[in-house]
Amino acid sequence: MKHLLLLKYGEIGLKGRNRPHFERILARNVAAALRRADGGGPGGTLRHLRGRFLIDLGPSSDEVRAARLAEAAAHVFGVVAVAPARQVPLTMEAIAETAAGVASEAVGTGARTFKLEVRRSNKAFPLTSPEVAAAVGRSVLETVPGLAVDVHDPDLRIAVEIREDGAYLYGREIRGPGGLPVGTSGRAVTLISGGIDSPVATWMAMKRGLVTIPLHFWSFPFTGERARQKVIDLCGVLGSWGTLPDLLVCPFTEIQTAIRDLCPEELRVTIMRRMMMRIATRLGQTERALAIITGESLGQVASQTIESLATIEAVADLPILRPLIGLDKEEIITRARAIGTFDLSTLPYEDCCTLFVPERPRIKPTVAEAEAAEGALEVEGLVERALGGIDRVTLR
Amino acid sequence: MNRDIYLDNAATARPFAAVGEAMEQAVETAYGNPSSRHGLGLAAARVMEESRSRLAGTIGAAPREVVFTGGGTEANNLALKGAAWAYARSGNHLVVSAVEHPSVLETAGWLAGGGGGWRVTLVPVGRDGRADARDVLAAVTGETVVVSLMHVNNEVGAVQPVAEVGRRLAAVRETSGRRKGLPLFFVDAVQSLGRLPIDVRAWGVDLLSLSAHKIHGPKGVGALFVREGVRLVPLVHGGGHEAGRRSGTENVPGLAGFGAALAKMAELVGTSERLSRLRSRLLSIVRDGRPEVVLLGPESGEAVAPHILCLSFPGVPAEVFQHHLERGGVYVSTGSACSSHHRGRASHVLEAMGCPPGVANSAIRLSLSPLTTPDEVEKAGKIIVATAGELAGKGAR
Repeated sequence: MKHLLLLKYGEIGLKGRNRPHFERILARNVAAALRRADGGGPGGTLRHLRGRFLIDLGPSSDEVRAARLAEAAAHVFGVVAVAPARQVPLTMEAIAETAAGVASEAVGTGARTFKLEVRRSNKAFPLTSPEVAAAVGRSVLETVPGLAVDVHDPDLRIAVEIREDGAYLYGREIRGPGGLPVGTSGRAVTLISGGIDSPVATWMAMKRGLVTIPLHFWSFPFTGERARQKVIDLCGVLGSWGTLPDLLVCPFTEIQTAIRDLCPEELRVTIMRRMMMRIATRLGQTERALAIITGESLGQVASQTIESLATIEAVADLPILRPLIGLDKEEIITRARAIGTFDLSTLPYEDCCTLFVPERPRIKPTVAEAEAAEGALEVEGLVERALGGIDRVTLR
Repeated sequence: MNRDIYLDNAATARPFAAVGEAMEQAVETAYGNPSSRHGLGLAAARVMEESRSRLAGTIGAAPREVVFTGGGTEANNLALKGAAWAYARSGNHLVVSAVEHPSVLETAGWLAGGGGGWRVTLVPVGRDGRADARDVLAAVTGETVVVSLMHVNNEVGAVQPVAEVGRRLAAVRETSGRRKGLPLFFVDAVQSLGRLPIDVRAWGVDLLSLSAHKIHGPKGVGALFVREGVRLVPLVHGGGHEAGRRSGTENVPGLAGFGAALAKMAELVGTSERLSRLRSRLLSIVRDGRPEVVLLGPESGEAVAPHILCLSFPGVPAEVFQHHLERGGVYVSTGSACSSHHRGRASHVLEAMGCPPGVANSAIRLSLSPLTTPDEVEKAGKIIVATAGELAGKGAR
């Protein structure tokens, strides 16, 4: 039997004239995710049905592979759910028999109640949806012992979709992340530190369809090779959710030591963040990005007060998007665990050198203060040299 | 870029060229299964037994008392769990020094928790990291099954009074009226092999663990000395290899490498004195250049291993110091490489020594080997002094 997946997408179905564009990008992303998960295998072939994709995984009888590919498809942004489905000819006998098969499998794993959910997009089929539901339901009750009907809160929902080329049945679906396909919302530079927050912020930006260009500031020998590898690994996890462009590793040691040596201690973090924004802005121009993503959450640390955010943002010529702005630390951690980045983020490598953190940072800096404090810095030259030293790391 | 100066030999030592050659030869020619009865099996068994005899000779044991394992951690697990399980009817208490390697401390902790309700007494150490033999003995009760004391501490190089503890334990066994031979004396000698003499008979040791890669051998190869007459319940059951104490087809190439490393170490006469001089020289270069440096562990003499030097430059996070030295081509450890997996937790060894967190968090470990040259020590000393100068007083804390 062929392994089929029925893939449902949500929000992009609402997008009016842009819909074909969104669907094309979603199809490309799903196909790429399937190929990646198939380890060099063919992945699957996609066919567009109305409001669905039908994925044919080929005639392989490998159940483990089918489950892995279903999971991979359910990881793609824009996907609402993925259902392993069976396709049968458009006869009531075939539909009823297959429904009974789905039902007895579910009974084996503990289901006691069921209902039928029939959708008939093929109006040439002689019976209406309620008629199909009633007839198939009756047949299931007769042939599968131990099942009762519950239309409000059933253990098992048997879905029957009656389409032009056959009927599709399934009893189980894997929930997807929702959102918009990566690539439908343009490009942004995302700042990745190696901590808990920035990967979550990046994931949330990807979920809204952005292509996020990861940028890491690396301060060897204040941080080490392992800190850099950790960021590469974090990008690998994010890449399992949607394609990431090359990681840009930007040398930051010269800037950090210059700030340490030339700027007032209490403004070090503010000025460091301003330098990061200047570099990200410049990269935005060359990388065709229209925004900067950060993991800042209001009030979490001294550099994330509204005064600090305003002082930092003053040097960014691109909008700074902060997907985590309203989240508590606990909420961010919960998300990091679900995304799969938490365990990497908490590896014990020096990532933001404590040597540079002032004992008493300014909580409410102003733009004027920051500008005065930067007076001794050769800002343009520092930014130019950092940009020139960027190392591109291709992920995977 | 300078040539690399590798001063992280207590983490692992670069294999001798002869080790690679011996392993390659074993792979090529001694590929039989040592248990097979044909000639190829016998050839493999001979390679393995030659290493066993060599190791036994190095520590004053008989070859049949040497059990090969997959490394020092496994040997430590086998010693503690194996003895605890074998003698569970004769007691329920372990005495363990507070500065043992995690593979001993975590195993003892497991026996106390999930592993069956053993009681564990941790013996404290002094500011120099050494335990007092009298404190060890004071912890022994009529229920004690194993007394565990490492020979050389891996983080600070403190040499523990194993001979004295062995002697005192022998006296306790004479008079206790308990089952013959209890409590057992277990010594983790992973850090001392090849650097200091080991004599299991003179010390009265029952169990002693060793590892190949600390003496320029291959990783994943170790051994446990088990005195004749001592019973152990194996961790790994199977075909009854290693006299039933560690089943599994033996790692013949690895054991050939272990043997070659032992042979090479034996050729290098005067290693201990040579290392001792290099260590003293390194310490004095750093002290002359940076008087604020704090030495952790014993100063010199028999109290300290000749190859380990633990230093702290308070105010400079150890990892930052380490990466700066790396830039200069000098490779060192932050505290213990084994405990660097835990963020925000100071080393248990430095904590047991009463070392304040501000000093502990800045501790780096330099460890020498017979391959270290006087020239490397001079260069490394200069780089350490210069780096400490560069980083001193630059941070806010």
